[in-house]
Order: sequence, then C-alpha cells, then structure tokens
Amino acid sequence: MCLAVPGMIVSIEEEQGLALRRGKIDFAGARREVCLSFTPEASVGDYVLVHVGFAIGVVDEAEAQRIFRSLEEMQIAEELKGLE
Amino acid sequence: MKFVDEYRDARAADRLSHAIRRITRHPWSIMEVCGGQTHTIVKSGLEDRLPPEITLIHGPGCPVCVTPMELIDKAIAVAMRPEVIFCSFGDMLRVPGSSRNLLSAKALGADVRILYSPLDALKLARRNPERQVVFFAVGFETTAPANATAVWQAEREGLENFSLLVAHVLVPPAMAAILDSPDRRVNAFLAAGHVCAIMGYREYEPLVERYRVPIVVTGFEPLDLLDGVFMAVAQLEEGRAEVENQYSRVVRRDGNLPAQERIAEVFEVGPREWRGIGAIPSSGLKLRGRYRGFDAEERFPTAEPPAEQPGDCIAGLVLQGIRRPRDCPAFGNRCTPENPLGAPMVSSEGACAAYYLYRGRSENTWTGI
Ligand code: SF4
Repeated sequence: MCLAVPGMIVSIEEEQGLALRRGKIDFAGARREVCLSFTPEASVGDYVLVHVGFAIGVVDEAEAQRIFRSLEEMQIAEELKGLE
Repeated sequence: MKFVDEYRDARAADRLSHAIRRITRHPWSIMEVCGGQTHTIVKSGLEDRLPPEITLIHGPGCPVCVTPMELIDKAIAVAMRPEVIFCSFGDMLRVPGSSRNLLSAKALGADVRILYSPLDALKLARRNPERQVVFFAVGFETTAPANATAVWQAEREGLENFSLLVAHVLVPPAMAAILDSPDRRVNAFLAAGHVCAIMGYREYEPLVERYRVPIVVTGFEPLDLLDGVFMAVAQLEEGRAEVENQYSRVVRRDGNLPAQERIAEVFEVGPREWRGIGAIPSSGLKLRGRYRGFDAEERFPTAEPPAEQPGDCIAGLVLQGIRRPRDCPAFGNRCTPENPLGAPMVSSEGACAAYYLYRGRSENTWTGI
C-alpha cells in the first residue's frame, strides 16, 4: 500500500493556474507522468520516490551510500581488532 | 533499478547479519510497523538471517487490513448505486465485508474500477459528468497528500460529481496504542519510511521519551531492514532509546512540508476505528469543513447494520503482534488469499497473506550472489 518506486525526472511542466507541477519520470525504461507539486526543489536528472502518481521525496545521492560507508567502517574496525 | 538493486546485495546482507550477531546479547522483539516491510521480510527470508535472540513482530501497518468492516459494507452500498462509478486501489476489492466484498458487488453489476492514482478518478469524473465518481481513500500518511490533492483540485475546478470515501489512518497513535497495551511485547520499532517521507520523525520523539523505546525510521529493501534491525539492537544493547533515521536517503526530520500543508488544508484529525484493534482516538483523517461536500458518506447516506468479525479470525491479535499468523486455527485451511476470512489474508502486505505466500520458501530477491 505504501509502495513507492524511485525514478528519474526526464522533463518538468508547470501549470500556473492550478499551481500544478508535473513531470515525466523514467522508471528503468518505462515512462510515466507524475505530479511533482510536493517536490518543488527537484530538477531534471534528480531521482524522486513515486507513490500513487505523486513524487513524495527526492532521493539524496550522498545519503544513499551511507549504508555501504558504515559497512566499510565496520569491516575496517574488525580488521583492526584482528590485528591487535 | 537504481536505488533498488544495490539494497538487495547478498554479500552486504551477510556482513550486516554478522554485525547483528556480534552485538546481540539479549532477546529482543522488534516490530516493523509497515506491511510493505513485512512483505520484504517474509519474501526475502530475512528472519533466517537474524540470531535466534531477535524476534520480528509484524505490526498493524497495512491500511487495507485495518479498514473496518462497517466501512467496507458502506463502500459496497455506495458502489451498488446505479449512478456511481466506485474507484479504489486494487487491494481493497477482496477485503471481506459482513456479507460480501467489492469484487462480488462488481459481479452483481456495480461499476467498480481499480485505479493507480486518485488523479485518475478525477479524470473519470471529468469524462462522465452524468455519473458520480467515488474514490475509496484508504491509506496512511504516505497516501494522504495524493488523496487530499484530488479533493483540493476537484474543489478548484468546481467538479461536483466527485467524492471521497475516507478511511485514512495515522501511524503514531497506533504505535502508542500498541505500547499502552498490557500484552506489550515490543522492545523497539522500525518506523515506516514512506510515512516518514511525508511526516518526518518529530512525532516519534515524544513516544521515545514517554515509553523509552528505540524507534528507527527504516526503508523497504532487504538491506534497509537489516540495517534498521542493527541500529535498533545497538540501541537496546547499549540501553539507549532514541529516534534514529536509517532511511536518510529519503527521510528528513521535518518531512515533506508542502505535502503536510496539503493534508492539513483538506483533512483534520479525528477518531478512527481500526479493524481488529478497535477505536483509537485521533488516529484517522476526515474532510475539513470547506471540503465536507466531497465526503461520500454525507453524499450517499446508507443505513448499514453494525458488522461483526467472523468468529475464527484472530486478526486483531496478529495486527498487534500478540499472536502470529500460524497460531490461527483457520490459517491456510479455512482462510487463504482466495477465500480470506480476515483482512490480513487479503493484501500481500498483510502478515497472514505474506506468510501464506512465502511459507517455508522465501523467494530469491538477492543480487550479487
Ligand atoms: S489466518 Fe485468516 S482467519 Fe486467521 S488471523 Fe489471519 S486473516 Fe484472520
């Protein structure tokens, strides 16, 4: 139900009268029109998380690596312990 | 797919499982709140990667599962009206009402349609001015901005043949209700990442303080969940209770402010009945005054007798993590996804259906093996 899928913004369209922001999003090849009204900061090339036709957040590329960074740190810490 | 496949890496999962084993000293029960997370856990066999001291409890986090039977009956009564086009997300169609579900109402002639987005319901309303289009607005905070926007836009366009049957539920009050329960077994929570993408995680700070329970905002891929468990166990073993954010690639502390503004413009908080759990104060959303004309319950008043739960179903206990699906005598025999007795057997995010579908054979969702 709360499924949300990351996709890349390919184009953006603003509709002033209704204060709507729409965009075409590429999901690994499949394209879909999505409402971007809740991600005013997002621009073409950004990845957004899409839920029932709405982008609910921008994916932060640097933070996306956090889990792998902490895994590496854990690994290094363990290796150092092994050397002691 | 970028931002998906890398979080299914089997080798990284091994390292995380190893790290969890290394720090675990005591038995702990950790509840994942969201049904989407339950689905990932059961499908990818994550429980087999955890030390025996760690028990994952599957929480009430499936809006489909907690929609009360009375509201399903109401949905069916509205859908049966000849002028109505009744629209819903697909999951809702097989949820049992007191005597039938929406799918069988469709077989009886009701115009019931499955849509991907509430905006598609608006399109239907514009194209069919002589019909009444009703959208079944089910969901957590994740879905509320989308449903709010449909009403907001209908109001601005003066679209008079569109309305919402609102069944929105809010997550933090349900977590508080679980923590208040005398049967409480939960030592820590993995909070639902997509709910927090909208709402942020300030709301959890008072819960952590009041109940001294660690809450880790967690994503939906297998590595996210293992990482969330690692962070929760680290807090428990160190005697800490804090809100931590595992899903920092999407979730910020304040959440998505424009989305929150849209929710607050259209909806207000009210009491809500949770199927299997009962009434929880301030745990639901209803349309605010200016938008009340779009409330399908007011537009199509129905008198439905109060519904009752089928006797065998222990969904309420399952949804609170007190019992497991396998403890239910009906599980897998009288109750299956084809013929569900209770809502957690309907949606693949419900704990009962997840166990039924992947029972004893987790699917290979891993990459890099
Ligand atoms: S297995 Fe079926 S009857 Fe038993 S608790 Fe789950 S939904 Fe209810």
